[in-house]
Amino acid sequence: MHKRNRIILDAGIATAVVALMGIMRGVYSNELMLFNFIMFLTLSQGLNIIYGFTGYLPFGYVGFYGAGAYGFSLVVMHLHVPAMVGMVAAGAAALVLGVILLPLLRLSGAYFAIASMAAAQAVYEIVANPDLESITKGPYGVSLSDVFAPATSYYVALAILAGTLLLVVWLRNSRFGMSLQAIRDDSVSAAMAGVSVVRGRTIAWLLSALIAGLVGGVFAWHISVFYPDTAFDLSVSIFSTVFLLFGGATTLSGPLLGVFILYGIYNIIGIAVPQYFQFTYGALIVLLVLFLPNGLVSLLTNRGIRVP
Amino acid sequence: MLTGAIVAGVVFGLYYTLVGLGLNLVFGVMRIVNLAHGDFLMLGGISAWFLFTSFGLNPFVSVGLVVVVFLLVGLPIYYLVVPRLLRSRDSEMLSLILFFGISQMIEAVTTIGLGATERSLPPRLLGVGPMVILGTRLPKAWIFSAAASAIAVLLVYLYLYRTRLGTLTRAVMVSRDEALATGIDVNFVSAVAFGISLALAGVAGVFAPFILGSITPNMGVAINITAFAVIVVGTLGNPLGTLLGGIIYGVSLMLMQTYLSSWANLLPNLLLIAVLLIRPEGILGRKTRRA
Repeated sequence: MHKRNRIILDAGIATAVVALMGIMRGVYSNELMLFNFIMFLTLSQGLNIIYGFTGYLPFGYVGFYGAGAYGFSLVVMHLHVPAMVGMVAAGAAALVLGVILLPLLRLSGAYFAIASMAAAQAVYEIVANPDLESITKGPYGVSLSDVFAPATSYYVALAILAGTLLLVVWLRNSRFGMSLQAIRDDSVSAAMAGVSVVRGRTIAWLLSALIAGLVGGVFAWHISVFYPDTAFDLSVSIFSTVFLLFGGATTLSGPLLGVFILYGIYNIIGIAVPQYFQFTYGALIVLLVLFLPNGLVSLLTNRGIRVP
Repeated sequence: MLTGAIVAGVVFGLYYTLVGLGLNLVFGVMRIVNLAHGDFLMLGGISAWFLFTSFGLNPFVSVGLVVVVFLLVGLPIYYLVVPRLLRSRDSEMLSLILFFGISQMIEAVTTIGLGATERSLPPRLLGVGPMVILGTRLPKAWIFSAAASAIAVLLVYLYLYRTRLGTLTRAVMVSRDEALATGIDVNFVSAVAFGISLALAGVAGVFAPFILGSITPNMGVAINITAFAVIVVGTLGNPLGTLLGGIIYGVSLMLMQTYLSSWANLLPNLLLIAVLLIRPEGILGRKTRRA
């Protein structure tokens, strides 16, 4: 397939998904569920940027999401600014956390995964600390009724999804995305070939953090009442990771499939009996790692078929 | 107050050594991270609770049963999962995800079977009244839990350094490929190490109600972070380093709780990040790992 056609196909899929989520809001009444779909579609692609393209798997990805949610809330609560300024603060908070955690990229594999999880927990312990109640409301949660705007925040979330999907399309078809994959596969050879390893990883890491922060911010805006336990819930990381791996990292369609299939099943059976779902989930992960470690799309890619 | 915190810290440190030891043994031998370690610990605690409430068994008795059962359960789990996992491209990374799946299954089954309530055991089971060490009054339950932990750690040491299978285990730790080439049955050695690791988690679980207060089906994740902090502070893959890591962790936890109690929960996370960044090879480690 020609490169131009590949880009058109990728962009077509991205547009179709965004259009679908936009239209569904008028058709289907459970807005919160649709909003959660958009969040996980975005988060799993954000994780795709760091894991799929650089091989770093941050278990504490939720830390950026939580930082975004609190970045938004603190600015809106204390400075009474409009919600869009809050969104800027959400992105900035996640970026600052990303910069603070840059040294973690010196670690590899499991060390990185666990250290990032510990970092997310540390941020949670600080935010939820009763000693800081006057600033963060501690463990008692945040209420942002002043800026509550379900419709606007839904479309802002949709715009973040669109931006993220376009970013992934660009990474998959650009020189920079190729250089990231080269670093992932063999950083020494990539460096010898003139690729700036540190710069590439840093950019991917900060982009990924920024996306999670924006999603966290729009979550705070849309929900408007939440607790630190929700904003730093480890299952946000876990769900995104499983969706990504189930579909297949480094592709555009893999994480999308993962979210639509697994989160779809979750919404059908998971809400009523979460433990049965948790068990099925666990079993699915085990089988996946043992028999299909490269995700659903590897059924096709192993046969030499290119998956968008 | 300072002596008190340090004495209590050493007592807790011995227990945390036990919590981390099994995880470290598996990492040392197989280079995989058992993220379900905390859940096996939880199952050990549930077993002790069940054996006491149904048959009135004292934890000192049930600990023996738990060791045997967990050891035997470990062997088939190893053969079902690990050899296949080790053949994959990035087994260290995939192990995190795989054992996370197992941990979710254990948590779900326990919650379905028993509900999400907290379970605890009366501390009097391990002896009544406090004991005074260096002028510090500590509950007997703590002292005996720490003593049991110390015994378990000692037994692992004897196994690794005084038995033939232990020598083979250390050979596999140094190099899995070379051990295989020398004709060592690497899979059997690893399976036994895996079984021992689960048994250690089980023992830690039996004493968990006395040290940690209670058992809940979802306690696994927090335990894992603690266990990981302990073994990283020691040295990953070095079972004896775990003792050092455990004591450092226990003492700093008690100091935090004495002087800065509301921030004590931050400690395992910060300790873990700090050690990983400043000295990723751990306190006893040589520079071997490339990050």
